[in-house]
Amino acid sequence: MESKVDKTMTNSPCIKVEHVDRFFGKKQVLFDISLEVPHSQILGLLGPSGSGKTTLVKLIAGIDVATKGEVYLLDKKLPNLSMMNKIGYMAQADALYGELTAGENLQFFASMYNLTGTRQKQRINDVMQLVNLSDHLKRQVKQYSGGMKRRLSLAIALIHEPPILILDEPTVGIDPVLRKSIWEELYKLRSNGKTIIVTTHVMDEVEKCDNLGMIRDGRLIALNSPAELKRATSSNTIEEAFLYYGGASK
Amino acid sequence: MRIIAVMIRILRQFRHDKRTMALMIFAPIFVLTLMAFIFNGSEYHPKIGIINAPLSFVNKLEDEDAIVTRYNESNADQAIKSAQADAIINFESGVPHIELEGSDPSKSGAVIKLTQSALKQLTPAAEPDITYLFGYEDMSSFDNFGPILIGFFVFFFVFLISGVSFLSERTSGTLERILATPLHRWEIVIGYVLGFGAFAVIQSGIIAWYAINMLNIMMIGSFALVLLITILTAMSALTIGTFISAYADNELQMIQFIPLIVVPQVFFSGLFDLSTMEPWLQSIGRFMPLWYSADALRNIMIRGKGWNDILFDIFVLISICIFFMVANILALKKHRKI
Repeated sequence: MESKVDKTMTNSPCIKVEHVDRFFGKKQVLFDISLEVPHSQILGLLGPSGSGKTTLVKLIAGIDVATKGEVYLLDKKLPNLSMMNKIGYMAQADALYGELTAGENLQFFASMYNLTGTRQKQRINDVMQLVNLSDHLKRQVKQYSGGMKRRLSLAIALIHEPPILILDEPTVGIDPVLRKSIWEELYKLRSNGKTIIVTTHVMDEVEKCDNLGMIRDGRLIALNSPAELKRATSSNTIEEAFLYYGGASK
Repeated sequence: MRIIAVMIRILRQFRHDKRTMALMIFAPIFVLTLMAFIFNGSEYHPKIGIINAPLSFVNKLEDEDAIVTRYNESNADQAIKSAQADAIINFESGVPHIELEGSDPSKSGAVIKLTQSALKQLTPAAEPDITYLFGYEDMSSFDNFGPILIGFFVFFFVFLISGVSFLSERTSGTLERILATPLHRWEIVIGYVLGFGAFAVIQSGIIAWYAINMLNIMMIGSFALVLLITILTAMSALTIGTFISAYADNELQMIQFIPLIVVPQVFFSGLFDLSTMEPWLQSIGRFMPLWYSADALRNIMIRGKGWNDILFDIFVLISICIFFMVANILALKKHRKI
């Protein structure tokens, strides 16, 4: 089913955001944001906390709706309930049921996608192996460390093999070794045709993305490949480039 | 100085939380007002129906402020069964027969006290022959309000627990997370109703069984009907609790709703006799789910009534559940439009 979608969609971008504004009451948090993500690419969204990253990501995940403008996923306008099947979402806060075991959490979320029976069991084993938590399947989540909870959240986002992954700060509180292995996993997912959006404010992570969007005060101040961003601003690091664009926007 | 700083910080927090501040002032006022209505009610004047009695006896009853109505044999029966009369008095060859409605021991007591003092004036004084339509002579007050307490405790705990658990679903981010799946909003609401419903069956069963078998509360009706009513009570508490939780930001704020939502229902559900209260104030109870569950539970447990007599209560309780289920589904729109 997925491969059919991919074949027909390869010419149009996987994710398309068109002139999106988002207001909370009278406060505007997103200003005229437009971006496109081609298939099988990783888009990094970089910006300080409070810049509107999470709001933007929720719009793309179909949880929130833009006040103005449109979001398209695989050419389908959001929000659309059936498109939720195509998205793996990992929220910034670990949205886990602490009283339940990791396995019970996975079973619950797998059931949300109608994954049942032996298929469900198989997927649970696969994703737990992927995030290196297989030994802790039967432990209560409230006994997990912060890093383990992040990994379990990632496992839940992957449980239904979604073609699109939206990860809100996936590597917060995760040690460098594990962070590396998570990024290796993201590369692997990308080469399997998955399209990924990752938000972060860790500068060294952003160079690993195919494209990088810089967000500040609700505005997309730059969008290009990391190398191109550095070249255009004659910066040595992404941090310098960010400062350049941030300063220029004032 | 640090103490002052702490004090100022707390006062500042209050200033930022106007709701808590208002609640701390108005909730006690509100509850005290209700209690004033209830306990300042004037003395109870029993409603006594007379079929046949000496005039001097009837005059004496009226002097004592009883509300005396004349009945004949056929409509007296109807009056007492519908609780329009607390007692029917009929003199047969000089012996007073008192038939008491009997479901409220305090009312029965008032009737007996009054008639006995009136009978003393008569010569020769006859020992009355007392019978009970519902209840029995040694019925305790607990028999009378026990059914209400069963309904109340089921309501109270389900309200609180379901409200808090739905709230923590919201605050922990799991609500947002499950709304990022293809789950429909109504599926969450129904899922909660079923999950808590299954729990409520067990909880209601245990509470009712305990009250009847361990506390020996009076029970002459069907246990299955008691269970049905307590489950419906739990369901209305659940749907109201989850709905209310949308207006609380944390567990404490959920608890703040208890004096507003739960306590008034206790007063109006029949734990206290309201018949001396202004009729328009009495009718407030009709807006409270616990009134219907208390009414049904009393009818089943004390009066042994069946399906037909509690049908309206069942209908109202189910309507309340459906109303708040729909309200919950709509309230979730705040978190996801579709």
